[in-house]
Amino acid sequence: MLDRLARHRLARHLLIAVVAGAGLVALTYALPPFRNYQLATMAAYLCATAGLTVLVGLSGQLSLGHGALMATGAYACALTSAELGDAGVTAPLLLLGPLVAAIVAAAVVGGVVGLAGARLHGPYLAGLTLTLTIVVPAITTTFADQLGGDQGLSVLVEPAPAGLGIAFPLERWQAWIACTAALLTMLLLANLTGSRFGRELRAVRDDEVAARLAGIDVGRTKVVVFVVSAAAAGLGGGILAVLTQSVSPGAFSLAFSLFLLMAVVIGGTGSLAGAVWGALLLVALPELTALLSDNLATSPRLAERLDGNLSLLVFGLVLIVVTIVLPTGLQGLFSSAAGRLRRPSRPSPVDLTHQPTTDTEPTDAQHTSTP
Amino acid sequence: MHSTRQPLRRPLAAVSSLGLILALGACGGGGDSAASTPGVTADSILVGTHQPLTGPAAAGYSTISPATKAYFDYVNSKGGVHGRKITYKVEDDGYNPATTQTVVRELVLKDKVFAIVNGLGTPTHTGVLDFLKTNKVPDLFVASGSRSWNQPEKYPTTFGFQADYTTEAKVQATYIEQNLPDEKVCFLGQDDDFGQDTLRGLTQILGEDGVAERQTYVTSNTNVAPQIGKLKAAGCEVVALATVPGFTALAVGTAARLEFAPQWISTSVGADYSTVAGALGDAAPLLEGFLSTNYLPSQFDDANPWVSLFKQINTDFNDDAPFTGNTVYGMTVGYLFVQALQQNGKELTRDSLLETIEDGGLDGPGLTALRFSADDHSGYGGAQMAKVTGSSQDYFGPVYTTDDGDTPVTEYTGEPTVPPTDGIPAA
Repeated sequence: MLDRLARHRLARHLLIAVVAGAGLVALTYALPPFRNYQLATMAAYLCATAGLTVLVGLSGQLSLGHGALMATGAYACALTSAELGDAGVTAPLLLLGPLVAAIVAAAVVGGVVGLAGARLHGPYLAGLTLTLTIVVPAITTTFADQLGGDQGLSVLVEPAPAGLGIAFPLERWQAWIACTAALLTMLLLANLTGSRFGRELRAVRDDEVAARLAGIDVGRTKVVVFVVSAAAAGLGGGILAVLTQSVSPGAFSLAFSLFLLMAVVIGGTGSLAGAVWGALLLVALPELTALLSDNLATSPRLAERLDGNLSLLVFGLVLIVVTIVLPTGLQGLFSSAAGRLRRPSRPSPVDLTHQPTTDTEPTDAQHTSTP
Repeated sequence: MHSTRQPLRRPLAAVSSLGLILALGACGGGGDSAASTPGVTADSILVGTHQPLTGPAAAGYSTISPATKAYFDYVNSKGGVHGRKITYKVEDDGYNPATTQTVVRELVLKDKVFAIVNGLGTPTHTGVLDFLKTNKVPDLFVASGSRSWNQPEKYPTTFGFQADYTTEAKVQATYIEQNLPDEKVCFLGQDDDFGQDTLRGLTQILGEDGVAERQTYVTSNTNVAPQIGKLKAAGCEVVALATVPGFTALAVGTAARLEFAPQWISTSVGADYSTVAGALGDAAPLLEGFLSTNYLPSQFDDANPWVSLFKQINTDFNDDAPFTGNTVYGMTVGYLFVQALQQNGKELTRDSLLETIEDGGLDGPGLTALRFSADDHSGYGGAQMAKVTGSSQDYFGPVYTTDDGDTPVTEYTGEPTVPPTDGIPAA
């Protein structure tokens, strides 16, 4: 019975992924190049926010180091692409090889951190992962010969396959790559969190002692989820490197790691659909604030001062407002709005956003605010 | 049947609403017909740039783009170029290569600029070379002296502007060889092509052993005490700098605190007196005797007709902002771009402008000639020594010319240029 249900879920997730994929392909044809680039960036961020929301929301482990894990993936991608390029390898291996390397490298780093992190709680784990983020610029500077210092490395990227036509814009091709990666990540994470492992995660998050009594290996569960989350972040970083054809430490600052976490909280901790809103926010907010500062600022000098700083301020304010007004994030708001619209109806059906353990969802917010 | 359709509705709604949001946002971008040249209409030209208006390199450099814009406004006030007025869109990248990636894509893909003019920074601009090449965007007068801009085979649309760092360093090394022959020469440079190209020029003249202690810094770390400490411990008497202005001030200030007073000698980009003295504040007298090279006229040289022209434009079109070396720099960029447009004629395409520049007709206020040709995309080809005395930075000695290769350093024999009477280059 359980087995049949699980298979049922997989089919449903696959169906959603295919439909979303088709919608995205249509979207990339409708969008001009710059919007496609933004869509691709959003998809790259989504890989990371989806992994992070599972880690923070479902396993209760707080990571401030996902920017660093993305950097790990991005650098692994750049180094591998340079090696493969030197060896004369061409597409599609020149694209897939570096991305696999990105996933593996980030997963290895995630495994090491996860092993240490499984013994730590709350602020101590946050501190450990924070260190990871801070150390990134120092590492790239120390090994400047290999990693290129502040200037970073360039990533070898081939244009869209000739079969798509000469006039096929690079940005649309990039959007396809990034969206494929994001959909795969979402699909895997949705299945994982809906599976037995997902229930173990929630059990560990809610009460470690009880989980242990129920026969769950708490340490193993924590390490595995950290590795999965890190691998997702690594893929996101690798995609980002492919998009910008370069990687530099400035892209993975401490502020960026904090932004990732904020995006997850604003979107709705523990919710994969919320991760989509978070990723959208990460791309849209800087642009909106730039627009705002252009219109608000009366003098060029004021605009100059606002330009770099306003997005930080607005992001912070949005976070505070969301935490107070919508403890379950944007997705919580949309879910309840959708629920009201549908009333009266039968019990809410199971889907991507509503896991079988719907009743535990309100506790997600409490969990993220306590560590 | 019903139960399988129901759960799909929400993700579908999310995807389609997302599409709507993005498509709505896209409407603002507008579209242009494939036949026309991006950014060019019958009465306007849109060009863009990325500049460090904030961040570690903002000191001094943030005043370059307003100066360029002031020159464009001056030209616009006289009717523009071939009837077209120039709009200069400046994007702040905070000297962060990752941000440069985003803002340059925004300029090219969304704003559809005709060209990128004077994008600033070695680490920042290096990352967008491939992107600009792929999109065939003219990438003119890059604000950096890296040799990377001079690769016509690999990056046919990219042109330098400054005397490259290697050229400047070779002029400095020649001065050191002639005037400070027995001193121990050391080096402090930025940890990228800026530093490496400079070091390359120094060692080419002084020999590998001629530069004893070599230290590097990164702009993301504002503590240079360890590097300065090592230079002091090594007993350096001359320290050659490849630093942005903020780090020139940091180096000089930190050395003073460590009671270390070598002879400083800096490339032009880190040596603008007004900027560095401004950063040092009360400690500005530390700059007495500070040596540097430059390839543009000195801001203090009132007798130079270019300087008086630029001062007038600065008063009329730049809110009378402080007149510094960066102002001269920014206006020179504006002058060169307008000159290229004038020489190109009314029929303007991206390819035609590149060809015009490669024809080698540009000159401008520089102390030496520009080197542009089909197989040379580097900018000014020489420099002159300058020294800080009191609160002035005056040039002295001959103007030297050389290149980034093995060409020896020789005295420049060309005549200094004079600006056109109305300050706008002839067509």
